[in-house]
Amino acid sequence: MFEGVPLSWFLILSTIMFFVGVYGFLVRKNLITILMSIELILNSVCINFVAFNKILYPEHMEGMFFTIFIIAVAAAEASVAIAIIINIYRRIASIDVEKMDKMKY
Amino acid sequence: MTSNQFMFLLFSAVIVIFSILTVTSRRILRAATFLLFVLVATAGLYFLLKYNYLAAIQLALYAGGIVVLIIFSILLTSHINERLPTSGLMKKLPAALIAILGAALCISVILQYNFIGAVGTTEPTNVKLIGESLINYGKYGYALPFEVISVLLLAAMIGAIILAKKRKD
Repeated sequence: MFEGVPLSWFLILSTIMFFVGVYGFLVRKNLITILMSIELILNSVCINFVAFNKILYPEHMEGMFFTIFIIAVAAAEASVAIAIIINIYRRIASIDVEKMDKMKY
Repeated sequence: MTSNQFMFLLFSAVIVIFSILTVTSRRILRAATFLLFVLVATAGLYFLLKYNYLAAIQLALYAGGIVVLIIFSILLTSHINERLPTSGLMKKLPAALIAILGAALCISVILQYNFIGAVGTTEPTNVKLIGESLINYGKYGYALPFEVISVLLLAAMIGAIILAKKRKD
């Protein structure tokens, strides 16, 4: 309970956000929108860490540091993913996942 | 309803609505803008929990850095007025089913568990404490993950440069 807001509210919010991200990951066909869904998923995990840290163990800072590291990993992942996407676009002039069959056979 | 509850409900409504719009919008640039709203509302949640430094990082790195990177790559790879083709119902239905079933399972488990909150006083997190913890290798020190993250960022930088540069052949 954080000043009137129970922990389960945070967890329900991050659960909804996580599964919206999973839905987008499964449905979308454009590579950049898939990347945006992954950002949603990572962000929901960050909310979980921060809420657990603040409400269950407010005297430590583990959750906050893990969130900082998750944000750093997300930045690295986004930069490499966008480099790969631009490379793919340069080769086949499309970023649709269904046209990406150049490395098959 | 206290003001904290009101602010939490406001931020969570923004997060839920705009994250659903992010994964369903047919214009990709609008989807990126909705993602920006979601990230800013998350920073608002961190401000609500009094993690000011974390909220500043969220705004600067996520909302400032990653979204700008995504928008640049959208402008490089797709036409501005292009509408994304939608997936068929045969693909949407199983995905929606998986998402709803998973969310229902997780929420039911969360609601059954009784979390016991801490009763101690919460000390404010200041930047001095955070910086000292990041280079401390004793108890509650994070020197090792900090170094690992440094190597990861260097590797990501080299990888991104090598992947995105033009080949000479």
